[in-house]
Amino acid sequence: MNEPLLIERSKAGRSSYQFPQLDLPRGFDVALPELPPTLRRSKEPRLPEVSELDVIRHFTRLSTMSFGVDSGCYPLGSCTMKYNPKVNEQLASLEDFTAMHPLQDVSTIQGCLSVMYNLLEDLSGITGMAWGTLQPCAGAHGEYTGLKIIRAWFEHHGDARRTRILVPESAHGTNPASAAVNGFTVTTIPADAEGLVDIDALQGLLDDTVAGVMLTNPNTLGLFEKHILAISEMVHAAGGLLYYDGANLNAIMGMCTPGDMGFDVVHLNLHKTFGTPHGGGGPGAGPVLVSRDLVPYLPKPDIKLVDSGYAFDWSSELSIGKVSGFWGNFLVLVRAYSYILRMGAEGIRAAAAHAVLNANYLLSRLKGTFSVPYGERCMHEFVVSLEDLKEKTGVSALDVAKALLDSGYHPPTMYFPLIVHEALMFEPTESESPETLDELADTLIELAGIAASDPQRLKQAPLTTPVRRVDEVAAAKNPILHA
Amino acid sequence: MYSYIPHTDEDRRRMLEAIGVSSLDELYDDVSPEVLLSESIPIAKSKSEDEVIRQVSAMAARNVRGVPFLGCGSYDHIVPATVQAIASLPAFVTAYTPYQAEISQGLLEAIFEFQTIVCELTGLDVANASLYDGATAAQEAAALMVADKRRSSEILVSPTIHPFTLQVLETWAKGTGRKIVLLPEKDGVCDLSRLAEMLQPQVAGVIVQSPNRYGFLEDYTGVADTVHAASSLFAISCDPLSLGMQKTPGEWGADIAIGDTQPLGIPCSFGGPSCGYMAVRQALMRKIPGRIVGQTVDLDGDRAFVLTLQAREQHIKRERATSNICSNQALAALMTTVHVSTLGWAGLKEASRQSYIKAHYLAYHLAQLPGVRLVWDAPFWCEFPLVFDDAKKMRKFIQELRNEGIFAGVRLSSLTRRERDDLMLIVAVTEKRTREELELYLAAARRVLK
Repeated sequence: MNEPLLIERSKAGRSSYQFPQLDLPRGFDVALPELPPTLRRSKEPRLPEVSELDVIRHFTRLSTMSFGVDSGCYPLGSCTMKYNPKVNEQLASLEDFTAMHPLQDVSTIQGCLSVMYNLLEDLSGITGMAWGTLQPCAGAHGEYTGLKIIRAWFEHHGDARRTRILVPESAHGTNPASAAVNGFTVTTIPADAEGLVDIDALQGLLDDTVAGVMLTNPNTLGLFEKHILAISEMVHAAGGLLYYDGANLNAIMGMCTPGDMGFDVVHLNLHKTFGTPHGGGGPGAGPVLVSRDLVPYLPKPDIKLVDSGYAFDWSSELSIGKVSGFWGNFLVLVRAYSYILRMGAEGIRAAAAHAVLNANYLLSRLKGTFSVPYGERCMHEFVVSLEDLKEKTGVSALDVAKALLDSGYHPPTMYFPLIVHEALMFEPTESESPETLDELADTLIELAGIAASDPQRLKQAPLTTPVRRVDEVAAAKNPILHA
Repeated sequence: MYSYIPHTDEDRRRMLEAIGVSSLDELYDDVSPEVLLSESIPIAKSKSEDEVIRQVSAMAARNVRGVPFLGCGSYDHIVPATVQAIASLPAFVTAYTPYQAEISQGLLEAIFEFQTIVCELTGLDVANASLYDGATAAQEAAALMVADKRRSSEILVSPTIHPFTLQVLETWAKGTGRKIVLLPEKDGVCDLSRLAEMLQPQVAGVIVQSPNRYGFLEDYTGVADTVHAASSLFAISCDPLSLGMQKTPGEWGADIAIGDTQPLGIPCSFGGPSCGYMAVRQALMRKIPGRIVGQTVDLDGDRAFVLTLQAREQHIKRERATSNICSNQALAALMTTVHVSTLGWAGLKEASRQSYIKAHYLAYHLAQLPGVRLVWDAPFWCEFPLVFDDAKKMRKFIQELRNEGIFAGVRLSSLTRRERDDLMLIVAVTEKRTREELELYLAAARRVLK
């Protein structure tokens, strides 16, 4: 199946979108001078010229060749593909939100500011932090912002030697990348035999050049860093700050808080934990929450509640400044706020518990079939290794993932974290029923059987998708990046 | 029992038994009691869907809408109905980044079309799948420049770029050894006459913007040659709809085009989501940040699309990465793709031209009034600065127009927080403003300024 590019359906003169007739006094547009020739565009772009129906059919077909949470089970580890409630979409599309210009007078945007202020209060409560910013547009953007805050803190305290950030070897790639983008050097902390941060190794790395330690808790193996209080004490005793990557907050929200664990800076992914849709890769939102000492360093402007209502506050002298064009991905914030209102304190806690229940249940169903390198139990996600299977049958994690496509599932995360070979990382989230998990487990167990009996069949997969296995090497070797 | 959680009591019992624990709490055994919360987190109790709709709708209703003559980076343009219809399709809305190409061909093809549109509009060779917004696109351009030219740490930036873009660049540079150096300004545009001498070896690149913060179009004749002679890179930020009329970054000889596609199909949305874009010359293909979709073939040799050139990205490069972006603004990029596909070049040109004409109509008539003046005489597109003789009059003007349901413009000093901008109102006019709205604006203006 193949859907031609819209430009390939183009026919000169077919575009028919109609703008209102220009109705200025007669002759005004004629009398108006053209742009000076030096400033005028000379080359016409090649854009589709198609009918409105062509547009609708084209993109509707494209949507049928896409797969979302609404299409089927999406146990993509570390991405928290939970259900995106429809009421959130309804509220985010209210014209009283979508039509708001970001630079309207403050008296006319009290609704927007109240959503933002209340959301910040709730997120502070959920994380156990003092206050935060909603400006970052994605998780990685939150990391960038959080590390800027750490840098500003040490600069203000005259501690310019602290130029290193420590990250565990199981960390998401964004952690070291965000540190590097901020001009920090990165040192990797090895994992211990259990898959947790190696405490002795960490102690050996901590000195007066370390600005911060970035952790995900639970970590990317789905294990809770149970020595977190000891780690926090060690990092703080060495003068460093502790950074919480909120990618896995869904496992623990309502149960415990990063604040109580001793974290100084937290970023969240509203598009993971708080049910806002991923949109095919964005927009997300990556709020950053900090402890009391770090509040003055948050990006500008802050949002305050004053006598006259909500207001932007640009006054902090210590602020790192602005990190995005306006105030953040506001409509994403509306969705997350609506989600939190719906769930409430008990629902937030229940979501975490059921995410952990689902992951452990799926793990219990799979551990007889696939090897589980770390932990008998897990938090909201777990990692299996297909190294043995590959050795015996030649069937790789990739092959199994591609075979899952034929059964109507989005595969788990593949080949991550890097410390597990032939890794498949499952995160079912709280949204899935046990029946769905059973079907998924049955399918995986069946695929493992086929791997032994007819490995070639899995190497051919997928067979029922719009295209068959895609040649990534050719794509990178001879890049064709536009029509 | 809980919203969005399908489990029954029987499910929980059966699952806990299969796992071999007796309660949900036991699943948290690894969390030490010192860390476990003893009481509920401080947020409100769960509410029904209807209650939430009422509560959030009431909050939205506290916003006040008006006829916006506001711009400065966010614009109220006409958006065809096709955009929301397509951007609401669940498979687009609820998909993750298209890692699994075989079940993501639709999304990948749509992104490929977005990249094509950005290349065509800007006149450059390679575009990525989007960045957060226009301001962070400038930051990514600066980062690309610094990474491209080793041992260089300085970016020359036009003083007429959007004040918030400048602030984002300053945040990026602060404390990292990188430096933002402002070029001089003359008569409302960037003064590039001293560019050659300012292009010292430590300069990695030059970033300018047109239409600029005042709305003026800038003339970059000869700039690319000067910048390239100093082995630096040249980036131009522009409103993509202005490219329906004005010379493209490609035609100016720029290496990088950046900006925000919000004016193409994305509602103002209180500033976000919008959609940053970046396009570069072929030579910089492997340096551009973010996701890129490429065309390839599948096993049968049929055309297929896939995320490509991933060796550039953070998940491969980790601490050697020059950008950390992964999530971008895909759904907003889809809105732009549908918008431009619906309008075609004819429609895009029309929206651009009507914005230009209507803005000039309003400017021309405002210029006749006492107490205000247009400053500088650089050509502008859909936005212009109106300067008042005194602050009191300006406040009265803004208030009076608001009473008529009109948002008159953006006070530049609210963005720059500089006294010298206090008397300057930036007025934006799009093709969406009707004759009636323009006359209402003028009538109110005449009343205040008589």
